[in-house]
Amino acid sequence: MAERPPGERVRDFSEVDTGLSSGEAIAEAERCLQCRKPSCVKGCPVEIDIPAFVALIAAGDFAGAARVVKESNLLPAVCGRVCPQEVQCEGQCVLGVRESPVRIGELERFAADYERAHGILLPTRAEPTGKRVAVVGSGPAGLTAAAELARLGHTVILFESLHEPGGVLAYGIPGFRLPKEVVRAEIDQLRGMGVSILTNHLVGTSVPVSELLSFDAVFLGTGAGLPHFMGIPGENLSGVYSANEFLTRVNLMHADCFPEFDTPVRRAGRVVVVGGGNVAMDAARVARRLGARTTLVYRRRRKDLPARRVEVARAEEEGVDFVFCANPVRILGDQCVTGVECESMEVSGIGGSKRPEPVPVEGSRFVIEADMCIQAIGQGPNPLLVRMLPGIERGERGNVIADAEGRTSLENVFAAGDVATGAATVILAMGGAKRAARAMDRMLRGC
Amino acid sequence: MTLRFSRQGEDGILGYRIMEARQLAERIYQVWVEAPRVARNARAGQFLVLRIDEKGERIPLTISAVDGDSVRLVFMAVGKTTLQLSTLCPGDEIMDVAGPLGRPSEIRYFGHCVIVGGGAGIACCPIIARAARAAGNRVTGIIGARSANFLILEDEMGEACDELFVATDDGTRGHHGFAADLLKQVIARERPDRVWIIGPAIMMKVTSEVTRPDGIPTLVSLNPIMVDGTGMCGSCRVVVGGETRFACVDGPEFDAHRVDFDVLMARQRTYTGEEKLALERFSAHRCRCGGSESHG
Repeated sequence: MAERPPGERVRDFSEVDTGLSSGEAIAEAERCLQCRKPSCVKGCPVEIDIPAFVALIAAGDFAGAARVVKESNLLPAVCGRVCPQEVQCEGQCVLGVRESPVRIGELERFAADYERAHGILLPTRAEPTGKRVAVVGSGPAGLTAAAELARLGHTVILFESLHEPGGVLAYGIPGFRLPKEVVRAEIDQLRGMGVSILTNHLVGTSVPVSELLSFDAVFLGTGAGLPHFMGIPGENLSGVYSANEFLTRVNLMHADCFPEFDTPVRRAGRVVVVGGGNVAMDAARVARRLGARTTLVYRRRRKDLPARRVEVARAEEEGVDFVFCANPVRILGDQCVTGVECESMEVSGIGGSKRPEPVPVEGSRFVIEADMCIQAIGQGPNPLLVRMLPGIERGERGNVIADAEGRTSLENVFAAGDVATGAATVILAMGGAKRAARAMDRMLRGC
Repeated sequence: MTLRFSRQGEDGILGYRIMEARQLAERIYQVWVEAPRVARNARAGQFLVLRIDEKGERIPLTISAVDGDSVRLVFMAVGKTTLQLSTLCPGDEIMDVAGPLGRPSEIRYFGHCVIVGGGAGIACCPIIARAARAAGNRVTGIIGARSANFLILEDEMGEACDELFVATDDGTRGHHGFAADLLKQVIARERPDRVWIIGPAIMMKVTSEVTRPDGIPTLVSLNPIMVDGTGMCGSCRVVVGGETRFACVDGPEFDAHRVDFDVLMARQRTYTGEEKLALERFSAHRCRCGGSESHG
């Protein structure tokens, strides 16, 4: 695995990590102990047969390895790159106790990239069932459900409201972490499996709810795309962005290539990013690539950052400044942003929630000069369609209430991913979607 | 198997065809675009988002009329995208059209409705006027423009409304002055039960002051910068009654007397420099290619 030097990569949107060579992959795979009761598999939300695919890599059968991975996960090139393996498969690896765990994520990515370069093999489809299924949203949950349902023989229509499928994989995660051609290639597999992907289709308006409910089954994978704002003064000044807007402008609309592409984004000299999750890291690193001096403000301590450690490290290498234990209270400016007023926070012990509760320190206000502020403090479930579904049971945060197999209070309507769980990770959405797709299949077959 | 869905939007195989295109007035154009799903489901007050090509920007435009599988868009060619749109001819295709978006106008029986349109904003008025009239309301139309050569859809508004008044800033057509003056006169004659004001932000700001003293329920249709148009980016946030709302999903229509127009206008100016650059670049390119000015 080769990480491009920070000074080089901060000037472009190409991938940071160039992946393992065949030799490195084999050597890494040979470290695997091939445990008889592999704990890594238990750590995987989609239960990939990890020892089996790692053994095939060790034996030099890379295509075979990809085949094994794809029995459980149709988006391995995505997951190999963006899964938080350190708390999943690799976190469970017994080698991790004494040395470092097998780099399962890197190996998954290696197998997937190998397959993409050498010809993707589509999964075989079961006999057509004649059942029609609507999948709403083409993010990780929707793609997974669509693939699984198509494989099981159902006719799948996948609706996407944006002009490009992929959901957060397309608009949210930047190319330096997940190249868009990787996403496109994985989505092309769905087309190859006969899934119809209809972009520009906003279910609820361009596709009325009555039409949606006329399908034999419906899967809701509408995600958590509703950006939260802090609710502080100055938030509507020109130059204040949600991370969603900032990332969408760059990742989906290519604002980094303005004026070659028509969509602009502010070219700020100094940017403040608020938040400590992966989205905040993505926004800060994109801001750096647009040439801004970038400060990330997080209200808790470094060790409390919810972002993946590798993303934090890369952000720091790329020159993002971190201000910990601070929280914006006001955004300064007349019409445009001129600064962000923050106050220091004291983080002590464990509060009511599981995370430590930050408390403002009196008289500790300070100003960070900035001409742009990006709020990356989280997203809520997309309310649009859910609000329109008569009688669907919803949680306090607007999420759809669904059981472990995705069943909602409406017959024939299933949901998984962020719309059900609230904002989480790509792989958790995929795990939930896979279970829901199987439950849908059982329902459609009447068993 | 044959799908009963339009394959539009799928894999970019099919774009959205321009059925008719023409210039309505100075810098104001109309195009009819074939977009069956939008046409079938659109209601008065809603908008769509379009992207002309691979490198295009997503811009919102109000659905001005519907006929069969097509929708009419009326726009002023002020920026790169609208200028490019004004050069398209029947048979050309737009890559992406998504809609209908936003909440429809609230239309029911109110009694007497006044619909005030300014500039290109007049484009949004006939569809609301017709819907209001269909709900049993008596509808007064007021349309205003800088000058007669900027005035659009006068005949159509005349037909859609029970009565129509016209104003131009320079007096070249109708009342010499602003639409707001005419609105004052209508109010002096009889208090309306509901007023819509649709036009440039500054026109909506000024005109809605006319109905404030008497507390006449007044709606404005806001036009902030949008990206997705489905509530996912927050670019279009506006302040209404001190609260932040998203124009794309909570609007576009809001209570005129509670809207903070200064925030709206400041946010609309976010990309002034970039817009100018894009326009210059496009104009220079068109000159080199010998693009025609309009279809006339």
